[in-house]
This record gives sequence, structure tokens and C-alpha cells, in this order.
Amino acid sequence: MPKPSTPALPGFIKGLGVTFRTMMRPAVTKQYPHEKEQPPTRARGVIALKEDNCTVCMLCARSCPDWCIYIEGHKEMAPPKRPGGKPRQVSALDRFDIDYALCMYCGICVDVCPFDALFWTPEYEYSEPRIADLIHDKEKLGDWMETVPDFEAYEAGSEQKVRKVPR
Amino acid sequence: MIAELAYWQSTGIKVGVVLAIIPTGALILGWTFLLKMMSHMQSRFGPMEAGPHGVLQLVADGVKFIQKEDIFPDKADRRVFAMAPIVVLMSTFLLFIVIPAGPDLVIEDLDTGIFFALAVSSLSVLGILMAGWASANKYALLGGLRAAGQLIAYELPLVLAVVGVVIQAGTLSLQGIVGAQATGEIFGFGGLGNPYILTQFIGLLIFLIAAQAELSQTPFDMPVAESEIVGGYMVEYTGFRFLFFFMSEFGTAFAFGAIASTLFLGGWWIPGVDLDAGYMNVLGPAVMFAKIMAVSFLIFWVRFTYPRFREDQLQAIAWKFLIPLSLLNILATGVLKVVL
Repeated sequence: MPKPSTPALPGFIKGLGVTFRTMMRPAVTKQYPHEKEQPPTRARGVIALKEDNCTVCMLCARSCPDWCIYIEGHKEMAPPKRPGGKPRQVSALDRFDIDYALCMYCGICVDVCPFDALFWTPEYEYSEPRIADLIHDKEKLGDWMETVPDFEAYEAGSEQKVRKVPR
Repeated sequence: MIAELAYWQSTGIKVGVVLAIIPTGALILGWTFLLKMMSHMQSRFGPMEAGPHGVLQLVADGVKFIQKEDIFPDKADRRVFAMAPIVVLMSTFLLFIVIPAGPDLVIEDLDTGIFFALAVSSLSVLGILMAGWASANKYALLGGLRAAGQLIAYELPLVLAVVGVVIQAGTLSLQGIVGAQATGEIFGFGGLGNPYILTQFIGLLIFLIAAQAELSQTPFDMPVAESEIVGGYMVEYTGFRFLFFFMSEFGTAFAFGAIASTLFLGGWWIPGVDLDAGYMNVLGPAVMFAKIMAVSFLIFWVRFTYPRFREDQLQAIAWKFLIPLSLLNILATGVLKVVL
């Protein structure tokens, strides 16, 4: 084994330099309630639901490792798309709850959704005094849609079209 | 002025001053270094809510400590257990008696000042051993024994480092040492006096290392090592008794800062002022305070940078390195004193 090279300065003097320099730099922490941190646009704060896009396919609920998504739905008849056409059968949501007391923010539900109904938003201020209030129903999850940021452009030269957030 | 007062009046004033200095010094050091400097060295703010930049945080903590229940362990030796923090604090209290802050600002200018200071500073070992033994707790006992072993080992280099200064100044009185530095000359040039940091630099180095160990500050914090003996001799203490230990730790740091600045940095005197002028009674404490803060900065900078020594390394540094070095320092100082 080769001998480790001796540093130019003894470690115990270098260490003093490290602490001194860190002391002179501004602190990296934020004074939270007074001063809010700007999370990166793709931060995983909370999951938003676009209810119109959901087809009650249950993929998200089944792929959730924590089983924290509760879905109930029913089938109903919708008016035909074109005049004179046949009425269509569509699935509608009765219930779509995410229990954020259980959620571990893995994002598998967002990735697995084939119909662009689930989105990450960087909002993080939704703590509750009662743990049961951390279950967000479909109205509350729908409200989060306003905070979903636009997808960022891909790097130059990419042929892929940038996805659009349904508003 | 003090001389015109009756004995009991001047004594009352003196006791009051020392009683005020210990918590004030502890608060100043605790806030500046423990709360703020350490936090910034770890790239964070530290307490910010209680008062501007958290200056009142330690006051709030003190109030909290006083409110707590006064708990005695079941098998503790109650009387010794209760007395131990007071003995430790008493050692800090006595230290301040001989420290001068101006030509007239000294509680008692003993002829054997520095000898007295070093003697009473080792009283704290007694209190710590009492605390460790009386707690009836294996961690407390281990911590107490470690403290005793460490404090006795580092007492020696501390005293021997001071001997060099005493030889050069020719007096044990702290006021005399300040005077000797102010009127001293370096190779016939007296403009700057002779602060002993220049001629006794090795002595200062040994003194600071040994003081670090005497104060049980990291890297010499084996007696209170939280990660292995969960606080050592303080493990069973709560409330105001714990507060006593805390206050005496920082109060003693303040006192050692003062002793180091008196011995090596010229004390309350700075070059260019008249040693006996009356205004030094106002300027002196400010100068002294600035020097104490500088020395304390060094102590706490080291504390917040290094991990702790192993017990055998700790003993080896004292017996195999610091003591021989300080003996050499004494020899060299003695020879030069005679030759020059």
C-alpha cells in the first residue's frame, strides 16, 4: 500500500482554518417563519390532482408502497362527443384521498399516472394540529393544482416536446 | 476611595462585585462563543428569538433551570451531593479576588497573587470528586475520577508555565507582573514595554493548553464526554445545582482568560498610557475585557474545532510533552535572567 502523501499543513492547523472560514461566511439556514425558503421548482412538496383527467384506473393506489391513496368511483353515462353519437360510459371519482401522514413522497403515483392527473407542487406549508386532518380529499388536492409550476424546458437540441400542465 | 469606607462596607462592595462578575462573565462568554460563534462555525444562526440575536436566551435558560425540581438520587450522599456544586463555584469565586482590572481596581492585591489563584483553581477538583462520588452513579464516578486524573496532570504544566513569567517579572503579585510588563524593555527598547507574550511565548502556549484541560473544554473533555459517560460528574444534577456547574465552567473560563491576559498580554495596561494615571481605572477594565475576549476566543475556537483526546493520549501530552517543555522553558528563562 502506498504511503499517504503528507499534506502541506498539519491537519490540526487546517482544521482551525476550516472553522474560522465557515464562521466568516453567512449561515446557510433560513429564519423560517420570518423568512421563507424558495424550494426548487421541481421540489416534492405536495401532490395535486386534476380530477377531470382521472379515469379511476387505480394504478396510483395499487403502486403506492404505503397504501395511502384511497379511491372510490362509479360509472356513469356522459353525453355523446359528436351530435348524433352514442352516449359514452365514463368513470367518475367519488373519493380520492391522500393520507399525508402516511405518504413518504416517493412520487411513484405521479410517475405511474398515464393520464396526467397527478402533479408535484413545491408547496410545503400544510401541517395540521390534528393528524387526521392530513388526509387531503379530492377538493383539497384539486386546489393544489393552482400551485403546480410549468414544466421546465428540456436542454437545447432535445426533440422531446415539453409536457404541459393542464390548467 | 475604598479605603475611606468601613471594613464591612468595603467587604460588602467587594463581595457584590465578584458575585456580579461571575454570572455576567459566564453570560457574555456563553452567548458570544457557545451560542453564536459555535453556531456560525457550523453554518447556522443559533438562538435568534429571545432578544436581538438571542442575547437573552441564556437568561431564559437560567430561569428555566431555577424552576426545575431539585432531585436527589435515591442512594446519593445527600449532604455531599448538595455541597459539591457550591465548592466548585466557590473556587471560581475565589479566583476573581486577585485579578486586577486597573491601578486601584483589584479586590485584594496579594503579594502571592498568582500562587493564590493557581491554588484556589485546583479547589474545583475537590468539588468535582465530591459530585462524582456522592451521586452514587457509575458514570458520575468515572467522570469524577477522570476529572481528578486530568486536572492533577495539567495542574503541573499550568504552574510551571507561570514560573517562567514569575522569574522574569521577579514578583508573584499580579499587579507587580502588570507593572513589570509595562516598564520592561526588550533589548533596551522600552516603547512597547515587554508584554511576556514576546519573551514567554512557549509559556503562553503551555499555559493555554493546560488551561484548556483545566476547564475540561474539548479536546480535553474526557471527564464530561457526553457520548460515553453522558455528562460525567454532572449526570445526576438538575435545576439550579446544574446551573452552578454551568456557571462555574464559564466563569472559570472568564477567570483563566483574565489570568492569561494579565500574565502574558500586559493585563489592563496597553502601550502608550500612563501606568498610574487615574483614568486607567476606567480604561483598564475595558482593555482587560478586550484581552479576555481575545484569549477566550482562542480557547473556544480550539474547543469547537477538535474532537476529544483518548485518555492515554491526554495523559501522555501532559507528562511526556508539556511538563518537560515547561521545565526547559524555566531553565532557559532562568539562565537568560542571570546572563542578561
